[in-house]
Amino acid sequence: MHIMEGFLPHPWWEIWFVVSLPFIAYGVSRIGRMARERRETLPLLAVAGAFIFVLSSLKLPSVTGSCSHPTGTGIGAILFGPWITSVLSTIVLLYQALFLAHGGLSTLGANVFSMGIAGPVVGYLVYRASQRFNLYLAVFLAAALADLATYIVTSLQLALAFPAADGGVLLSLKAFAAVFAITQVPLAGIEGVISALMFKYILQARSEVLLRLNVISKPDLVKLQEGAT
Amino acid sequence: MKGEIVALASVLIFFLAFLWTSQSGMHEWEGADSKAEGVIEEITGGSYTPWLQPLWEPPSGEIESLFFSLQAAIGGLVIGYFLGYYRRKAGDGN
Repeated sequence: MHIMEGFLPHPWWEIWFVVSLPFIAYGVSRIGRMARERRETLPLLAVAGAFIFVLSSLKLPSVTGSCSHPTGTGIGAILFGPWITSVLSTIVLLYQALFLAHGGLSTLGANVFSMGIAGPVVGYLVYRASQRFNLYLAVFLAAALADLATYIVTSLQLALAFPAADGGVLLSLKAFAAVFAITQVPLAGIEGVISALMFKYILQARSEVLLRLNVISKPDLVKLQEGAT
Repeated sequence: MKGEIVALASVLIFFLAFLWTSQSGMHEWEGADSKAEGVIEEITGGSYTPWLQPLWEPPSGEIESLFFSLQAAIGGLVIGYFLGYYRRKAGDGN
């Protein structure tokens, strides 16, 4: 769930645009370079973007009695890093803002920051830190924590814009996190599992591209292929 | 196979959690974003009105679900197409 149209007052909506724009611009230039130098990776880029499309269209019920949706940014972050993933997320957020009145154009900067930047940065770092232990567990953790981070940042963005009269930003953060972050916990788990499964299929189909993108190491790949039956 | 079994089990647990929550009282299952709207109202004492409305809103729930399904269908199509293409190319498709 994204911040709805018009729900971030001045100056916050402008601030988040300013923060997000450099990421998107750099991401676009990275995609351009990839399209020129490594054309064979483009189909995987489409798959990573499509994965975000599917997962962020699924509104799921949660233990808090309300619904939210996963983000699907974990796979993109792992394969291509946070910059390129920020561009993919922007496309999805634009689609939802224009055709579904979900999220919004004025809040696009803030939503791109939470879903396209903060989440993928967390996912990327988690994957890099944990990939040497177990590849699939690393994907699970990266995707689940990217999802959770997104909604914690969303809560923070709203708390900064709407500090409580007494108690300030911290109290607001607690209130927004109770709505967004707690709802998200079971969804993040499911997202982690589905992302790990998706990673397995990508690995089966295009392991040599993953090697070239530096997502996995040669010894890890050999070990996995020997273990697979 | 292991991955698929784990995924299936997770979905089952997720579904059971949904049933369990449904049993424990009345829930509206509304979006977390409209719940956040309630929190904003509480914090500001109802003084905040959104300064911008969406350019276009799906005129009904049916049309909204059309666009959500379309989003999922586009994504599913792209994933299926490329993974299938790679499988065929790798030689284990025939």
